[in-house]
Amino acid sequence: MRNKEFAWITYFFVILFITLMGYLVYFTIARAKTFVNSPYNQRQDAFAQYVVRGEITDRNGNVLARTDVAEDGTETRVYPYGSVFAHVIGYSDSELGKTGLESVENFELLTSNAFFVEKIQNEFNGEKNQGDTVVTTLDAHLQQAAYDALGDNKGAVVVMEADTGKILSMVSKPDYDPNTLYENWATLNSDEENSPLLNRATNGSYAPGSVFKIVTTLAYMRQDSNYQGYAYDCSGSITVDDTTIPCFNRNIHGSEDLRSSFANSCNSSFANIGLSLDMSGYRSTAEDLLFNSPLPGELDYTKSSFVLDENSGTGEIMMTAMGQGKTTVSPYHMALITQAVANGGTLMEPYLVDQVTNYTGTEVRRNVPKSYGRLMTAEESAQLKEYMTAVVNEGTGMELSGRSYTVAGKTGTAEYSLVDGEKTHSWFVGFTNVDNPELVISVITEGSDGSAGGRAVSIAGTILGSYYN
Amino acid sequence: MVNIIVQLSKYLIIILIAAYTFSCFSIFTRNYEDEEKRVLLRQDILLFLLQLVAFSVMFLVTEDIRILFIYAALTIVLLAVILLYNLIYPNVSRLVVNNMCMLITAGMIMITRLSSDNESPYDTAIKQLIFVILGVVFGLIVPILIRKLTFLDKWTYVYAAVGGGALLAVALFAQISGGAKLGFEIMGINVQPSEFVKIIFVFFVAASLNKSKEFKNVVITTAIAAAHVLILVLSTDLGAALIFFVVYLVMLYVATRQPLYAVAGLGAGVLAAVAGYHLFAHIQVRVEAWQDPIASYSGSGYQVAQSLFAIGTGGWFGTGLFRGQPDTIPVAETDFIFSAITEEMGMIYALCLILICVSCYVMFLNIAMELYNPFYKLVALGLGTCYIFQVFLQIGGVTKFIPSTGMTLPFVSYGGSSMLSTMIMFGIIQGLYILREDEEEKLEQRKLRKERKTGYGVGRTAPRKAAKSEPRFEEVPRQRTRKKSGTRAK
Repeated sequence: MRNKEFAWITYFFVILFITLMGYLVYFTIARAKTFVNSPYNQRQDAFAQYVVRGEITDRNGNVLARTDVAEDGTETRVYPYGSVFAHVIGYSDSELGKTGLESVENFELLTSNAFFVEKIQNEFNGEKNQGDTVVTTLDAHLQQAAYDALGDNKGAVVVMEADTGKILSMVSKPDYDPNTLYENWATLNSDEENSPLLNRATNGSYAPGSVFKIVTTLAYMRQDSNYQGYAYDCSGSITVDDTTIPCFNRNIHGSEDLRSSFANSCNSSFANIGLSLDMSGYRSTAEDLLFNSPLPGELDYTKSSFVLDENSGTGEIMMTAMGQGKTTVSPYHMALITQAVANGGTLMEPYLVDQVTNYTGTEVRRNVPKSYGRLMTAEESAQLKEYMTAVVNEGTGMELSGRSYTVAGKTGTAEYSLVDGEKTHSWFVGFTNVDNPELVISVITEGSDGSAGGRAVSIAGTILGSYYN
Repeated sequence: MVNIIVQLSKYLIIILIAAYTFSCFSIFTRNYEDEEKRVLLRQDILLFLLQLVAFSVMFLVTEDIRILFIYAALTIVLLAVILLYNLIYPNVSRLVVNNMCMLITAGMIMITRLSSDNESPYDTAIKQLIFVILGVVFGLIVPILIRKLTFLDKWTYVYAAVGGGALLAVALFAQISGGAKLGFEIMGINVQPSEFVKIIFVFFVAASLNKSKEFKNVVITTAIAAAHVLILVLSTDLGAALIFFVVYLVMLYVATRQPLYAVAGLGAGVLAAVAGYHLFAHIQVRVEAWQDPIASYSGSGYQVAQSLFAIGTGGWFGTGLFRGQPDTIPVAETDFIFSAITEEMGMIYALCLILICVSCYVMFLNIAMELYNPFYKLVALGLGTCYIFQVFLQIGGVTKFIPSTGMTLPFVSYGGSSMLSTMIMFGIIQGLYILREDEEEKLEQRKLRKERKTGYGVGRTAPRKAAKSEPRFEEVPRQRTRKKSGTRAK
């Protein structure tokens, strides 16, 4: 018996164990946090015995959440901005649990990287250490502006930096005041009509309406290389088989190419485009844009859904192509798609936590902008950019033209009640400073009844105005 | 104050075990016997220091005097183990003895810590100590038996009958515990036959393949081995089934030197695994829990999820003894002891434990390579592989690297069957090693007589080692075997 085989076997098992240990190192570095932060992990509460929960601040150091310790040691979580940051910051309550960043960053907030001498002193004095501070990418000024602009509307706003993916603002309404959450819990939790606890920005599943035409346009561009030569004569509605799709307000757009169909948000033309598409290609384009897929980002979210396949009927295809049908999407997801268009096709991973510092401000960990991947080619994004510019310059988004900054975008109106045609959601997605994109914005208001430009466009305009003035 | 000590101690413990682990591998590069001895002695000192620190901290936290008794008892037992091995078997691999003691220590610390919350505190710690003592007694007797029983390679079918029979009995008659049929309750003690059948199985394969490597015999041996695996699958002891399977493949490959057999076996194994997945609900459940333990949290994923919470919370340095919540992990003392250890002692400590296990295996394979008798070579290979693959399945399972199979971590987990069978396995390999030393001495004596007859001088002018042993594969680290200085020949 030779010894060579013994050596091979030894190597085999040694490599097996090196792989296992590599996995454990990877787990500890990259995966552990997910499990530690799981709401099922009972260990987190044990940290609170030794650490005072840290602060959450905005990018400029404005405190968004802090823990006050009374003389007798009672701790109270205070949210200075009240309901303005309710959903994105979330709440932390020993009985009601945690949501938002309070939940995601729980481990950081309950870990103290205070100076070790101080920690030893605290230990001797039997005092708790101060937990770390989570510095978010949020901008309190912009958040307040978005909160005010949304007013009494139900809906949501997401604003992010185009080239970094930093989320500057995330508002959802109706809201609640996290400071009085415990007292009002019964009402808040049972209010199914308004669901104030729901973060509509990430967990709202809305019909996309005309903003979905971005997806349909991309699919068409991919399937027909001669898309520039597309021509359609709009007579105010289109009827195929038993389905009739009217244009908004029965507007008759006349002769159109792809660009003007997009700028006019012409439903008939897009229903027509939808029927010409190969369904599996359509679906794969939608999935490239993260429909039916996990989304990047820290917060909990609801997956978007796109259901067309080879077996879908004419009516459903026509509806879906113009943004109705069974497609659902969150304002957060629409912001991501818009961001990719703004960034030449590349999606920058969105994030909310800029850095974690100890309570005196010494950096512990910093997040840097990361590319999540390419959702479309540079050429495709340039073309979509041009169409979205047309929307603002000559189409349904003209309200945003002629400002000190340029805007490109897409408006949308989504019917969500078949009985009551008046009940429509109003959408706007877009980005500013078109040549070198700066801000990405996604706005939805529920139950608006305005024109195609809708309420969302005005709200976006107000928010952007407050940023640039 | 106590908290500071706990926090400091965890770093100290990590330093101690890291130094120990380092020497486990650096020793492979030592060339001189006395230097090697110094390293081994240093390992013992590190081992006892680690024990001292850990138990002192546990005493400080709990202020329970019983911890000191357990500490004293454990120290005495381990001291006795090290001294006895040295006295009775001076030729034994001391690195393996040290590693064995270190693994037992790591297990005892965590079992003591976990059992402090038990209904009758420290019951399992004390029982485990008894298992250790029993195991050591067996471990010390086994090498003698190996030396005396010269007909071990003749009993091929006796092994198959006894081993297979025991497994069949379990499959047919054992009560179900934890979803798997594992063992019998005999006089209040739960015995798991598969732990011992592993050893018998290795002897069967070694004997059979040693007898003949003809295709026909290979087929028969494979059929019998497959029957073992099948019985284990049917009694839902998947971990053991996998171990038997891999051990057989490894032994077959080495004995026949046919990589094709290994590849074909692996292929068949994959097919069988896929088929098993579709046939057995309990396999699907395990895989489901592995894919996403959080998603199946309320069901099959619960154990693994708890285990990952513990490991994740522990991080690199652990929470410190009594500062974590390993008691929330189900069956923390047996199947999930690795997670409990990682939570409180940290990932670095856990990685060191893994390396210590690997060091044992490298040592075993070195022993196997140094043996002359092909039957014994195969036995050493089989038993070593049995050990290391169980370690892999165990740790891989609780850390979600692979689907969990529900096994014990040899020497570390609480449990009599596991402790005893591992001790016997280690004892057999040590016994084989001693046997080899005997062989070598015999060989040298014969050579000496020959030299005298042929009129050569009394001195050893001929090369000490005849061409009988083939050149070793030098790349594999090779400390282990005591350096045979020429002066030892009588």
